[in-house]
Amino acid sequence: MELVRDLMIILFTGILTENFILNKFYGICPFLGVSKTTDGALGMGLAVTAVMVGASAVTYPIYHFVLVPLNIEYLNTVCFILVIAAFVQTVEMVLKKYVPALYSSLGVYLPLITTNCAVLGVTILNIDNEYGFVESVVNALAGGIGFLLVMVIFSGVRERISRCDIPKALEGTPVTLIAASITSLSFVGFSGIVDGIFGG
Amino acid sequence: MSYMKEFTKGLLKENPNLVMLLGMCPTLAVTTMAQNGLGMGLATTFVLVCSNLVISLLKKVIPDTVRLPCFIVIIAGFVTFVSIMLDSFLPDLAEALGVFLSLITVNCIILGRAEMFACRNKVLPSVLDGLGMGLGFTMSLIVVGAIRELLGTGKIFGLQIMPDFVQPMTLFILPAGGFFTLGCVIAVLGVITKKKPRKVSCDNCPSREACTKLESKESA
Repeated sequence: MELVRDLMIILFTGILTENFILNKFYGICPFLGVSKTTDGALGMGLAVTAVMVGASAVTYPIYHFVLVPLNIEYLNTVCFILVIAAFVQTVEMVLKKYVPALYSSLGVYLPLITTNCAVLGVTILNIDNEYGFVESVVNALAGGIGFLLVMVIFSGVRERISRCDIPKALEGTPVTLIAASITSLSFVGFSGIVDGIFGG
Repeated sequence: MSYMKEFTKGLLKENPNLVMLLGMCPTLAVTTMAQNGLGMGLATTFVLVCSNLVISLLKKVIPDTVRLPCFIVIIAGFVTFVSIMLDSFLPDLAEALGVFLSLITVNCIILGRAEMFACRNKVLPSVLDGLGMGLGFTMSLIVVGAIRELLGTGKIFGLQIMPDFVQPMTLFILPAGGFFTLGCVIAVLGVITKKKPRKVSCDNCPSREACTKLESKESA
Protein backbone atom coordinates (compact mmCIF):
# COMPACT_ATOMS: atom_id res chain seq x y z
CA MET A 1 0.00 0.00 0.00
CA GLU A 2 2.86 2.29 0.86
CA LEU A 3 4.16 2.03 -2.71
CA VAL A 4 0.75 2.75 -4.22
CA ARG A 5 0.39 5.79 -1.98
CA ASP A 6 3.85 7.09 -2.97
CA LEU A 7 3.04 6.58 -6.63
CA MET A 8 -0.27 8.40 -6.30
CA ILE A 9 1.54 11.30 -4.63
CA ILE A 10 4.05 11.46 -7.49
CA LEU A 11 1.22 11.31 -10.00
CA PHE A 12 -0.86 14.09 -8.45
CA THR A 13 2.14 16.29 -7.73
CA GLY A 14 3.39 15.95 -11.30
CA ILE A 15 0.04 16.72 -12.88
CA LEU A 16 -1.30 19.48 -10.68
CA THR A 17 1.02 21.15 -8.19
CA GLU A 18 4.35 20.84 -9.97
CA ASN A 19 3.13 20.95 -13.51
CA PHE A 20 5.91 20.56 -16.08
CA ILE A 21 4.97 23.58 -18.16
CA LEU A 22 3.48 26.02 -15.70
CA ASN A 23 5.64 25.32 -12.68
CA LYS A 24 8.90 23.79 -13.87
CA PHE A 25 9.07 25.51 -17.28
CA TYR A 26 9.94 22.41 -19.28
CA GLY A 27 8.93 22.39 -22.90
CA ILE A 28 7.99 26.05 -23.32
CA CYS A 29 8.88 25.99 -27.04
CA PRO A 30 6.22 23.44 -28.04
CA PHE A 31 3.87 25.03 -25.51
CA LEU A 32 4.08 28.35 -27.35
CA GLY A 33 4.56 26.89 -30.81
CA VAL A 34 2.05 24.07 -31.17
CA SER A 35 -0.80 25.18 -28.89
CA LYS A 36 -2.63 27.16 -31.55
CA THR A 37 -5.23 24.48 -32.19
CA THR A 38 -6.66 21.83 -29.87
CA ASP A 39 -5.82 19.03 -32.32
CA GLY A 40 -2.19 20.06 -32.51
CA ALA A 41 -1.98 20.41 -28.73
CA LEU A 42 -3.52 16.98 -28.20
CA GLY A 43 -1.18 15.28 -30.68
CA MET A 44 1.92 16.95 -29.29
CA GLY A 45 0.88 16.18 -25.71
CA LEU A 46 0.30 12.50 -26.46
CA ALA A 47 3.57 12.16 -28.35
CA VAL A 48 5.53 13.85 -25.55
CA THR A 49 3.88 11.66 -22.91
CA ALA A 50 4.74 8.49 -24.82
CA VAL A 51 8.35 9.54 -25.44
CA MET A 52 8.86 10.66 -21.83
CA VAL A 53 7.62 7.35 -20.42
CA GLY A 54 9.70 5.42 -22.94
CA ALA A 55 12.81 7.49 -22.34
CA SER A 56 12.51 7.10 -18.55
CA ALA A 57 12.14 3.34 -18.91
CA VAL A 58 15.18 3.15 -21.20
CA THR A 59 17.51 5.49 -19.32
CA TYR A 60 16.92 3.92 -15.89
CA PRO A 61 18.71 0.63 -16.67
CA ILE A 62 21.42 2.47 -18.62
CA TYR A 63 22.20 4.71 -15.68
CA HIS A 64 22.04 2.05 -12.98
CA PHE A 65 23.57 -0.90 -14.82
CA VAL A 66 26.10 0.83 -17.09
CA LEU A 67 27.05 4.30 -15.86
CA VAL A 68 27.09 3.58 -12.12
CA PRO A 69 29.20 0.36 -12.25
CA LEU A 70 31.68 2.07 -14.58
CA ASN A 71 31.80 5.11 -12.29
CA ILE A 72 31.00 7.55 -15.09
CA GLU A 73 27.76 9.04 -13.77
CA TYR A 74 28.93 12.48 -14.89
CA LEU A 75 28.39 11.43 -18.51
CA ASN A 76 24.64 11.16 -17.93
CA THR A 77 23.71 14.24 -19.99
CA VAL A 78 25.71 13.11 -23.03
CA CYS A 79 24.47 9.58 -22.74
CA PHE A 80 20.80 10.40 -22.15
CA ILE A 81 20.49 12.86 -25.03
CA LEU A 82 21.91 10.26 -27.42
CA VAL A 83 19.61 7.59 -26.08
CA ILE A 84 16.62 9.92 -26.42
CA ALA A 85 17.55 10.85 -29.98
CA ALA A 86 17.94 7.18 -30.92
CA PHE A 87 14.74 6.28 -29.11
CA VAL A 88 12.71 8.93 -30.91
CA GLN A 89 14.15 7.80 -34.24
CA THR A 90 13.29 4.17 -33.50
CA VAL A 91 9.74 4.98 -32.44
CA GLU A 92 9.31 6.96 -35.63
CA MET A 93 10.52 4.10 -37.83
CA VAL A 94 8.45 1.47 -36.01
CA LEU A 95 5.29 3.57 -36.21
CA LYS A 96 5.86 4.29 -39.88
CA LYS A 97 6.24 0.61 -40.68
CA TYR A 98 3.63 -1.04 -38.50
CA VAL A 99 1.04 1.58 -37.49
CA PRO A 100 0.87 3.98 -40.43
CA ALA A 101 -2.45 5.43 -39.22
CA LEU A 102 -0.95 6.50 -35.90
CA TYR A 103 2.19 7.69 -37.66
CA SER A 104 0.28 10.01 -39.93
CA SER A 105 -1.40 11.66 -36.94
CA LEU A 106 1.45 11.71 -34.39
CA GLY A 107 4.56 11.15 -36.53
CA VAL A 108 5.07 14.79 -37.41
CA TYR A 109 5.51 15.69 -33.75
CA LEU A 110 8.24 13.18 -33.07
CA PRO A 111 11.29 14.98 -34.54
CA LEU A 112 10.33 18.06 -32.52
CA ILE A 113 10.60 16.11 -29.31
CA THR A 114 14.32 15.27 -29.29
CA THR A 115 15.22 18.83 -28.36
CA ASN A 116 12.27 19.23 -26.02
CA CYS A 117 13.72 19.86 -22.60
CA ALA A 118 10.82 18.06 -20.89
CA VAL A 119 12.18 14.70 -22.06
CA LEU A 120 15.81 15.21 -21.04
CA GLY A 121 14.56 17.04 -17.95
CA VAL A 122 12.44 14.17 -16.66
CA THR A 123 15.23 11.62 -17.08
CA ILE A 124 17.66 13.80 -15.12
CA LEU A 125 15.02 14.56 -12.47
CA ASN A 126 14.48 10.83 -11.97
CA ILE A 127 18.17 10.44 -11.19
CA ASP A 128 18.33 13.54 -8.97
CA ASN A 129 15.31 12.42 -6.94
CA GLU A 130 16.74 8.89 -6.67
CA TYR A 131 13.55 7.31 -7.97
CA GLY A 132 13.31 3.55 -8.55
CA PHE A 133 12.19 2.11 -11.88
CA VAL A 134 8.43 2.20 -11.23
CA GLU A 135 8.63 5.63 -9.64
CA SER A 136 10.61 6.96 -12.63
CA VAL A 137 8.04 5.70 -15.10
CA VAL A 138 5.13 7.06 -13.03
CA ASN A 139 6.92 10.39 -12.69
CA ALA A 140 7.31 10.57 -16.47
CA LEU A 141 3.67 9.60 -16.93
CA ALA A 142 2.57 12.32 -14.50
CA GLY A 143 4.75 14.90 -16.23
CA GLY A 144 3.36 13.84 -19.60
CA ILE A 145 -0.27 13.98 -18.49
CA GLY A 146 0.34 17.38 -16.91
CA PHE A 147 1.94 18.57 -20.15
CA LEU A 148 -1.00 17.25 -22.19
CA LEU A 149 -3.55 18.82 -19.84
CA VAL A 150 -1.98 22.27 -19.96
CA MET A 151 -1.44 22.12 -23.74
CA VAL A 152 -5.13 21.33 -24.29
CA ILE A 153 -6.38 23.92 -21.79
CA PHE A 154 -4.11 26.56 -23.24
CA SER A 155 -5.06 25.82 -26.84
CA GLY A 156 -8.62 26.79 -25.82
CA VAL A 157 -7.31 30.00 -24.27
CA ARG A 158 -5.42 30.82 -27.45
CA GLU A 159 -8.40 30.22 -29.67
CA ARG A 160 -10.25 32.80 -27.57
CA ILE A 161 -7.32 35.22 -27.72
CA SER A 162 -7.16 34.99 -31.49
CA ARG A 163 -10.69 36.41 -31.68
CA CYS A 164 -10.01 39.31 -29.31
CA ASP A 165 -9.01 42.87 -29.98
CA ILE A 166 -5.55 43.16 -28.43
CA PRO A 167 -3.45 46.32 -27.90
CA LYS A 168 -0.96 46.54 -30.73
CA ALA A 169 2.14 46.34 -28.56
CA LEU A 170 0.98 43.10 -26.99
CA GLU A 171 0.07 41.26 -30.18
CA GLY A 172 1.69 37.91 -30.80
CA THR A 173 3.98 36.48 -28.17
CA PRO A 174 3.53 39.00 -25.31
CA VAL A 175 -0.20 38.37 -24.95
CA THR A 176 0.39 34.63 -25.16
CA LEU A 177 2.90 34.83 -22.32
CA ILE A 178 0.61 36.96 -20.19
CA ALA A 179 -2.25 34.49 -20.76
CA ALA A 180 0.16 31.72 -19.75
CA SER A 181 0.92 33.67 -16.60
CA ILE A 182 -2.76 33.75 -15.65
CA THR A 183 -3.13 30.05 -16.44
CA SER A 184 -0.11 29.39 -14.23
CA LEU A 185 -1.66 31.46 -11.46
CA SER A 186 -4.83 29.39 -11.64
CA PHE A 187 -2.76 26.24 -11.11
CA VAL A 188 -1.35 27.77 -7.91
CA GLY A 189 -4.86 27.10 -6.60
CA PHE A 190 -3.99 23.39 -6.51
CA SER A 191 -1.15 23.88 -4.03
CA GLY A 192 -1.77 21.82 -0.93
CA ILE A 193 -4.20 19.49 -2.68
CA VAL A 194 -1.78 16.56 -2.49
CA ASP A 195 -1.26 16.99 1.26
CA GLY A 196 -5.01 17.40 1.58
CA ILE A 197 -5.79 14.09 -0.14
CA PHE A 198 -2.98 11.94 1.19
CA GLY A 199 -2.61 13.52 4.61
CA GLY A 200 0.90 14.90 4.03
CA MET B 1 34.10 45.77 -39.75
CA SER B 2 31.91 42.87 -40.88
CA TYR B 3 33.33 40.82 -38.03
CA MET B 4 32.10 43.49 -35.65
CA LYS B 5 28.63 43.05 -37.12
CA GLU B 6 28.60 39.33 -36.42
CA PHE B 7 29.23 40.20 -32.80
CA THR B 8 26.79 43.07 -32.32
CA LYS B 9 23.79 41.61 -34.13
CA GLY B 10 23.15 39.16 -31.29
CA LEU B 11 23.06 41.86 -28.64
CA LEU B 12 19.85 43.62 -29.63
CA LYS B 13 18.81 43.41 -33.26
CA GLU B 14 18.72 39.64 -33.41
CA ASN B 15 18.65 39.00 -29.68
CA PRO B 16 18.14 35.24 -29.56
CA ASN B 17 15.86 35.42 -26.59
CA LEU B 18 13.71 38.53 -26.91
CA VAL B 19 13.56 38.88 -30.69
CA MET B 20 13.99 35.35 -32.04
CA LEU B 21 12.21 33.82 -29.04
CA LEU B 22 14.57 30.91 -28.56
CA GLY B 23 15.60 29.38 -25.26
CA MET B 24 12.50 30.41 -23.35
CA CYS B 25 12.64 27.60 -20.78
CA PRO B 26 15.79 28.72 -18.93
CA THR B 27 14.73 32.35 -19.28
CA LEU B 28 11.59 31.67 -17.29
CA ALA B 29 13.05 29.16 -14.89
CA VAL B 30 16.26 30.69 -13.55
CA THR B 31 15.37 34.39 -13.52
CA THR B 32 13.97 34.58 -10.00
CA MET B 33 17.19 36.45 -9.18
CA ALA B 34 19.39 38.62 -11.38
CA GLN B 35 22.44 36.76 -10.11
CA ASN B 36 21.15 33.38 -11.30
CA GLY B 37 20.34 34.94 -14.66
CA LEU B 38 23.92 36.18 -14.94
CA GLY B 39 25.33 32.76 -14.03
CA MET B 40 23.06 30.92 -16.44
CA GLY B 41 23.80 33.42 -19.20
CA LEU B 42 27.55 33.11 -18.83
CA ALA B 43 27.42 29.32 -18.66
CA THR B 44 25.35 29.27 -21.85
CA THR B 45 27.69 31.78 -23.53
CA PHE B 46 30.68 29.58 -22.75
CA VAL B 47 29.01 26.49 -24.21
CA LEU B 48 27.81 28.47 -27.24
CA VAL B 49 31.25 29.90 -28.06
CA CYS B 50 32.98 26.54 -27.63
CA SER B 51 30.39 24.60 -29.63
CA ASN B 52 30.41 27.18 -32.44
CA LEU B 53 34.21 26.99 -32.52
CA VAL B 54 34.35 23.19 -32.69
CA ILE B 55 31.46 22.83 -35.11
CA SER B 56 32.85 25.39 -37.54
CA LEU B 57 36.19 23.57 -37.42
CA LEU B 58 34.54 20.22 -38.08
CA LYS B 59 31.98 21.37 -40.62
CA LYS B 60 33.68 19.52 -43.49
CA VAL B 61 34.16 16.35 -41.47
CA ILE B 62 30.61 15.88 -40.17
CA PRO B 63 28.36 14.10 -42.70
CA ASP B 64 25.26 16.09 -43.47
CA THR B 65 22.75 13.35 -42.68
CA VAL B 66 23.89 12.81 -39.09
CA ARG B 67 24.83 16.38 -38.29
CA LEU B 68 22.20 16.96 -35.60
CA PRO B 69 23.26 14.04 -33.37
CA CYS B 70 26.90 15.11 -33.87
CA PHE B 71 26.12 18.69 -32.83
CA ILE B 72 24.18 17.50 -29.80
CA VAL B 73 27.05 15.30 -28.61
CA ILE B 74 29.56 18.14 -28.98
CA ILE B 75 27.25 20.50 -27.08
CA ALA B 76 26.51 17.92 -24.38
CA GLY B 77 30.26 17.42 -23.89
CA PHE B 78 30.80 21.11 -23.16
CA VAL B 79 27.74 21.22 -20.91
CA THR B 80 29.15 18.36 -18.87
CA PHE B 81 32.42 20.27 -18.55
CA VAL B 82 30.64 23.43 -17.39
CA SER B 83 28.47 21.60 -14.88
CA ILE B 84 31.46 19.80 -13.35
CA MET B 85 33.32 23.12 -13.09
CA LEU B 86 30.37 24.93 -11.49
CA ASP B 87 29.78 22.03 -9.11
CA SER B 88 33.31 22.31 -7.78
CA PHE B 89 33.91 26.09 -7.88
CA LEU B 90 30.47 27.69 -7.55
CA PRO B 91 28.34 25.06 -5.80
CA ASP B 92 25.71 27.62 -4.73
CA LEU B 93 25.07 28.69 -8.32
CA ALA B 94 25.03 25.07 -9.51
CA GLU B 95 22.46 24.34 -6.81
CA ALA B 96 20.29 27.30 -7.84
CA LEU B 97 20.35 26.42 -11.55
CA GLY B 98 19.68 22.74 -10.82
CA VAL B 99 18.46 20.64 -13.72
CA PHE B 100 18.59 23.63 -16.05
CA LEU B 101 22.37 23.44 -16.02
CA SER B 102 22.20 20.07 -17.78
CA LEU B 103 19.35 21.32 -19.92
CA ILE B 104 21.68 23.83 -21.61
CA THR B 105 22.24 20.84 -23.93
CA VAL B 106 18.78 21.19 -25.42
CA ASN B 107 18.71 25.00 -25.38
CA CYS B 108 17.54 25.76 -28.89
CA ILE B 109 19.76 28.86 -29.10
CA ILE B 110 22.88 26.70 -29.16
CA LEU B 111 21.61 24.09 -31.61
CA GLY B 112 20.04 26.87 -33.67
CA ARG B 113 23.32 28.79 -34.01
CA ALA B 114 25.20 25.58 -34.83
CA GLU B 115 22.71 24.77 -37.56
CA MET B 116 22.21 28.29 -38.91
CA PHE B 117 25.65 29.79 -38.57
CA ALA B 118 28.58 27.72 -37.35
CA CYS B 119 28.25 24.92 -39.88
CA ARG B 120 28.29 27.41 -42.77
CA ASN B 121 30.88 29.96 -41.69
CA LYS B 122 34.56 30.25 -40.88
CA VAL B 123 35.94 29.93 -37.38
CA LEU B 124 36.38 33.57 -36.34
CA PRO B 125 32.91 34.79 -37.40
CA SER B 126 31.38 31.73 -35.71
CA VAL B 127 33.12 32.48 -32.43
CA LEU B 128 32.07 36.13 -32.58
CA ASP B 129 28.53 35.13 -33.45
CA GLY B 130 28.46 32.77 -30.47
CA LEU B 131 29.87 35.44 -28.18
CA GLY B 132 27.36 38.06 -29.32
CA MET B 133 24.38 35.73 -29.12
CA GLY B 134 25.50 34.48 -25.72
CA LEU B 135 25.93 37.98 -24.32
CA GLY B 136 22.56 39.01 -25.78
CA PHE B 137 21.01 36.04 -24.01
CA THR B 138 22.83 36.95 -20.78
CA MET B 139 21.58 40.54 -21.00
CA SER B 140 17.98 39.50 -21.41
CA LEU B 141 18.29 37.05 -18.51
CA ILE B 142 19.72 39.81 -16.30
CA VAL B 143 16.97 42.27 -17.30
CA VAL B 144 14.16 39.78 -16.65
CA GLY B 145 15.90 38.57 -13.48
CA ALA B 146 16.42 42.10 -12.15
CA ILE B 147 12.78 43.08 -12.73
CA ARG B 148 11.50 39.95 -11.04
CA GLU B 149 13.91 40.24 -8.13
CA LEU B 150 13.16 43.94 -7.62
CA LEU B 151 9.38 43.52 -7.64
CA GLY B 152 9.37 40.15 -5.91
CA THR B 153 11.84 40.77 -3.09
CA GLY B 154 12.77 44.48 -3.32
CA LYS B 155 16.40 43.68 -4.11
CA ILE B 156 18.68 43.59 -7.14
CA PHE B 157 21.74 41.32 -7.04
CA GLY B 158 20.92 40.85 -3.34
CA LEU B 159 21.11 44.59 -2.54
CA GLN B 160 18.06 46.23 -0.97
CA ILE B 161 16.71 48.80 -3.45
CA MET B 162 13.06 49.28 -2.56
CA PRO B 163 12.33 51.29 0.61
CA ASP B 164 11.07 49.20 3.52
CA PHE B 165 7.47 50.38 3.37
CA VAL B 166 6.97 48.94 -0.12
CA GLN B 167 5.60 45.44 0.24
CA PRO B 168 7.39 43.04 -2.13
CA MET B 169 5.02 41.29 -4.53
CA THR B 170 5.81 37.63 -4.09
CA LEU B 171 3.84 36.93 -7.26
CA PHE B 172 6.83 37.99 -9.33
CA ILE B 173 9.11 35.25 -8.09
CA LEU B 174 6.38 32.67 -8.65
CA PRO B 175 6.28 30.96 -12.08
CA ALA B 176 3.29 33.13 -13.07
CA GLY B 177 5.41 36.26 -12.58
CA GLY B 178 8.03 34.82 -14.91
CA PHE B 179 5.60 34.49 -17.80
CA PHE B 180 4.17 37.94 -17.10
CA THR B 181 7.53 39.74 -16.87
CA LEU B 182 8.90 38.09 -20.01
CA GLY B 183 5.75 38.98 -21.93
CA CYS B 184 6.06 42.62 -20.85
CA VAL B 185 9.78 42.82 -21.65
CA ILE B 186 9.20 41.45 -25.15
CA ALA B 187 6.31 43.90 -25.68
CA VAL B 188 8.39 46.89 -24.48
CA LEU B 189 11.31 45.89 -26.69
CA GLY B 190 8.92 45.61 -29.62
CA VAL B 191 7.67 49.15 -28.97
CA ILE B 192 11.17 50.59 -28.56
CA THR B 193 12.53 49.02 -31.71
CA LYS B 194 9.21 49.88 -33.45
CA LYS B 195 9.13 46.40 -34.81
CA LYS B 196 6.16 44.18 -34.47
CA PRO B 197 7.28 41.38 -32.22
CA ARG B 198 7.55 38.23 -34.21
CA LYS B 199 5.25 35.35 -33.61
CA VAL B 200 6.87 32.27 -32.21
CA SER B 201 8.66 31.13 -35.31
CA CYS B 202 10.75 28.14 -36.07
CA ASP B 203 12.98 30.11 -38.44
CA ASN B 204 16.06 29.55 -36.36
CA CYS B 205 15.00 26.34 -34.78
CA PRO B 206 16.66 23.04 -35.68
CA SER B 207 13.23 21.43 -35.83
CA ARG B 208 12.01 23.92 -38.42
CA GLU B 209 11.44 21.30 -41.11
CA ALA B 210 9.15 19.25 -38.92
CA CYS B 211 7.36 22.40 -37.84
CA THR B 212 6.63 23.48 -41.39
CA LYS B 213 5.33 20.04 -42.18
CA LEU B 214 3.08 20.31 -39.16
CA GLU B 215 1.69 23.69 -40.12
CA SER B 216 0.92 22.66 -43.67
CA LYS B 217 -0.82 19.60 -42.26
CA GLU B 218 -2.90 21.70 -39.88
CA SER B 219 -3.99 24.13 -42.55
CA ALA B 220 -4.86 21.30 -44.94
